[in-house]
Amino acid sequence: MSALVSAAGPAVVLSNLRVAFGKVQVVDGVDLTVERGQALALIGESGSGKSVTLRAILRLFPESRSRIEGGIFAAGKDVQALGKRALADFRGGDVSMIFQEPLLAFDPVYTVGQQITEAIHRHETITKADARKRALALFERVRIPSPERRLDNYPHEMSGGMRQRAMIALALACHPQVLLADEPTTALDATVQIQVLLLLRELQRDLGLSIVIVTHDLGAAVEVADRIAVMYAGKIVETGTAHQVVLDPHHPYTIGLLRSRAEGALEKGARLQTIPGSPPDLANRPAGCPFAPRCFLAEERCQTEMPPVGEIAPGHRVACWHTDEAASAYRAGPTPVRAIEPLPA
Amino acid sequence: MSVIPDTPDPFIRDRGGPAQPLLSVSGLFKHFPVRKSGGKKQVVRAVDGVDFEVLKGETLGIVGESGCGKSTTAKLLMGLIERDTGTLLYDGQPVGERSMPWRAYRRQVQMVFQDSYASLNPRMTVEQSIAFGPKVNGVPGRQAVERARALLARVGLEPKRFAGRYPHEISGGQRQRVNIARSLALEPRLVLLDEAVSALDKSVEAQVLNLLLDLKQEFGLTYIFISHDLNVVRFISDRVMVMYLGRVSEIGPSDAVLAAPMHPYTRALLASMPSLDPNNRTQAALLAGDPPNPIDPPSGCRFHPRCSLAEPVCSQIEPPLETIAPLHRVACLARQPGSGHSAAPAGALAA
Repeated sequence: MSALVSAAGPAVVLSNLRVAFGKVQVVDGVDLTVERGQALALIGESGSGKSVTLRAILRLFPESRSRIEGGIFAAGKDVQALGKRALADFRGGDVSMIFQEPLLAFDPVYTVGQQITEAIHRHETITKADARKRALALFERVRIPSPERRLDNYPHEMSGGMRQRAMIALALACHPQVLLADEPTTALDATVQIQVLLLLRELQRDLGLSIVIVTHDLGAAVEVADRIAVMYAGKIVETGTAHQVVLDPHHPYTIGLLRSRAEGALEKGARLQTIPGSPPDLANRPAGCPFAPRCFLAEERCQTEMPPVGEIAPGHRVACWHTDEAASAYRAGPTPVRAIEPLPA
Repeated sequence: MSVIPDTPDPFIRDRGGPAQPLLSVSGLFKHFPVRKSGGKKQVVRAVDGVDFEVLKGETLGIVGESGCGKSTTAKLLMGLIERDTGTLLYDGQPVGERSMPWRAYRRQVQMVFQDSYASLNPRMTVEQSIAFGPKVNGVPGRQAVERARALLARVGLEPKRFAGRYPHEISGGQRQRVNIARSLALEPRLVLLDEAVSALDKSVEAQVLNLLLDLKQEFGLTYIFISHDLNVVRFISDRVMVMYLGRVSEIGPSDAVLAAPMHPYTRALLASMPSLDPNNRTQAALLAGDPPNPIDPPSGCRFHPRCSLAEPVCSQIEPPLETIAPLHRVACLARQPGSGHSAAPAGALAA
């Protein structure tokens, strides 16, 4: 474990992370490593546990109502072992987070500038003027136009894209090593989304930030991430570099996600390849592979036994009994999905 | 064949023949008053002079960013909010007058909304929700329920299991199927889908899109499909209309508009779609900043402050929507002969 908590180790390491709310096991054994300076995208559908995994890194859940098990190491610290005070220092100081809806994440009754300087004062002993100077520099860094004036704006006076930039400035205020982003562009317009994605990429490159971004949009993931992890029903089913996952997928669920995109249709008006059914109810998780009821390759073993994680290529790990069949089906072209579409459960 | 009884309904059948547009919209305006601090009265120009036609049997996609007026347009078409000015012709008949009263019009034009949960009554079972419209229109109770069950089956929800459920007991994708079934209960000819698949997960979205294609064919429907997702619009639409700040900037066959866009804004929209190829990621954003505020839109062409082709003339003249190729109309001075823009083509196409 000492290697995991050293300053030179990976930025984030999750080992067999399990998160439960009451009886519902939302995250069920996640192993994940994010190297320093790397951007990783966690993708999956709603309810797959991707946001919960991300928030667990900051232990953002009330302890009385959640159970977090397994190892969480981030920015050289063992997060599970942090006391109350140390955890508060850790949040924002070592690892910080941006959220989907910046209007909800900012306090509406303080100006954005006040909120940023407040965060700086919480973590450092610094004069007011210096804190303000730093906030101004941050606004310039994230390219907010007329930054001096914008610091004195209230959140509602900014547009959506600018608020998300301000949110990023706030997250970077205390020089964190790791930036966690929970659907940072989902609420933004298309032309603004690409600007924010490019900004994240630039920050990763210039500041050496490690980024974990959660998104349901494969396109957004490809734009920023070096590595992609695909989650389904609380488990990571496939991880690899963006190339490996998007161009050479080995898990039937990843293949389904790629195929069901509208731009994947061969011709306009042709039926889309869909994944039949809908994600499982986490309270009644099926035995075996959780994807088996929707999988085009499922057989008896899949219903009863959870497949182990196997390494296809260096860094490319997939949890499936049929990785070879899946990959060759993908390469063969878009017809492996069963023609019949069973009724959604 | 129709289960909607009534005495022979003079409104229900086709009148003008296939060549007549199902819906013609012209000069549509909607300004919302807002009060800014200081008491000065201002208006949001949500829809600011929109003209278009919806042809029989087609799918018209409407795309644009938030604030461009696409949802307001949909609500105006449904009569959910009152238009300031403008005419709607449904199959040649002016809507809201004696020849086509709102009540008859709404029976033929139905809408599906983005928020599948908010658009269902939480105190009605899905079957009751679907049967409600036909009942109001005079279908006997039992027949309406039978029809509701048939529609549920048609949208892929087994009536035995789903008819008695309440909206909170089913998933988002299933709720949207219920909404689609409800919109079909009155046998409409035109269905407005306002971001109907946007809130769904990708794998569910694909299922619902397939369903929409099937239903269109089976019931001979015409769709107006509003979305911010260009991929989805490209997939489902025959024609595409691009809106920017309350006006139409480009309209035409979807292949033409999305493959060879003429308006710089359409170009920028297409360029800002995330790439799916890790070897070929987007290098630079074509547009900086957010869409401007529709309260105080820029003079002349509304896009000129963000446009790469902008010239002084663009801030003075508001470009009309002109035909530049068959069915393809663009509101950009740089594409219109004789507009005074230096990039404008020579007058050959003008006739």
